[in-house]
Amino acid sequence: METLRAVIQANGLVVAFLVVGAAVWLSYWASRHLTRGRIHGSAIAIILGLLAAYAAGLASGGTRGVVDIGLLAGIGLMGGGMMRDFGIVSTAFGVQLSELRQAGIVGVVSILAGVLVSFIAGALIALAFGYTDAESITTIGAGAVTYIVGPVTGTAIGASSDVIALAVAAGVVKSILVMIGTPLVARHIGLNNPQSAMVFGGLMGTTSGVAGGLAATDPRLVPYGAMTATFYTGVGCLLGPSVLYFIVRALV
Amino acid sequence: MIIYGVALLAACLLTGLYLGELLGQLLGVQANVGGVGLAMLLLVMAGGSPRMRSLTTGASGEGVKFWSAMYIPIVVAMAASQNVVAAASGGMLAVLAGVLAVVVSFALVPVLSRIGPQSPPLPPLEQEP
Repeated sequence: METLRAVIQANGLVVAFLVVGAAVWLSYWASRHLTRGRIHGSAIAIILGLLAAYAAGLASGGTRGVVDIGLLAGIGLMGGGMMRDFGIVSTAFGVQLSELRQAGIVGVVSILAGVLVSFIAGALIALAFGYTDAESITTIGAGAVTYIVGPVTGTAIGASSDVIALAVAAGVVKSILVMIGTPLVARHIGLNNPQSAMVFGGLMGTTSGVAGGLAATDPRLVPYGAMTATFYTGVGCLLGPSVLYFIVRALV
Repeated sequence: MIIYGVALLAACLLTGLYLGELLGQLLGVQANVGGVGLAMLLLVMAGGSPRMRSLTTGASGEGVKFWSAMYIPIVVAMAASQNVVAAASGGMLAVLAGVLAVVVSFALVPVLSRIGPQSPPLPPLEQEP
């Protein structure tokens, strides 16, 4: 037993390939036999991953899902930012430049609209919960943009640490909701072509959410959504502590 | 050689991330601005360039396709390493802020999709792991 544990711990990434492979197999089996293909296998796999992360977080008290369970630490490498970005970029292989150029302007519009709309949504909720100072309202609004924009903005304008924690939580809720919700609403919002995928990526912006949500809807849409989504956090970090903060400060 | 395709992918990602960092510093933002998006553009351009053909076709192309097929498993691993407990226990404020942002953004997708030239829906997908 000790020997097995040592082998597993010394080969984290290989263990991750095995565990994730088994989880994906199980999900596609469940998709075919339990939902008759109505829920896509990758959607089930992603939800399974989130459930595992929730259970592991409760058990370990950590912040990184199953990664905090010693034997599954390799999942953190496989699902970390480095591999995620490497995988996202590879999906662009085979995409035609002309398709991207066509949707260029609408992509820019959707990024700006997305940052603004999410910010307003977060700020309104902060107001509804009784926050009245511009720093807290701006930080929570920025958290609804993404969980990176929240703390970056909060730190820059000097919000309190519990407000920053709330902003991060709001961003994580958004990202997880996009992962789960996208395949459910895809048909109703016309998310079935490259152009709407670029609009979608620009509006949602959370890279993990868009990456997961589109993978669960139709993997062929991933490169288009990911392309615009990767600019979103940068634009959010640019506008949050500056223009948006000034506007909020002028209003309250 | 498969490694040529993998190396091309790595070159695109590193170049893109570096440009994204520079762009972030230029704008005075503590974030990488569009690094991954720029990397994707580089890969798209490499794929369309006749001079890069030896890196993007045949066995070299398989090196890129392998990673693109590994994408969903990577996303599953990413989902499994999220801080789901924090999202669930962030209280009503965090949940409502996240929900409202997502609902309004979802609703805007069909509105903004009407701007500019339309692209036709993709053909139906054959489900396959």
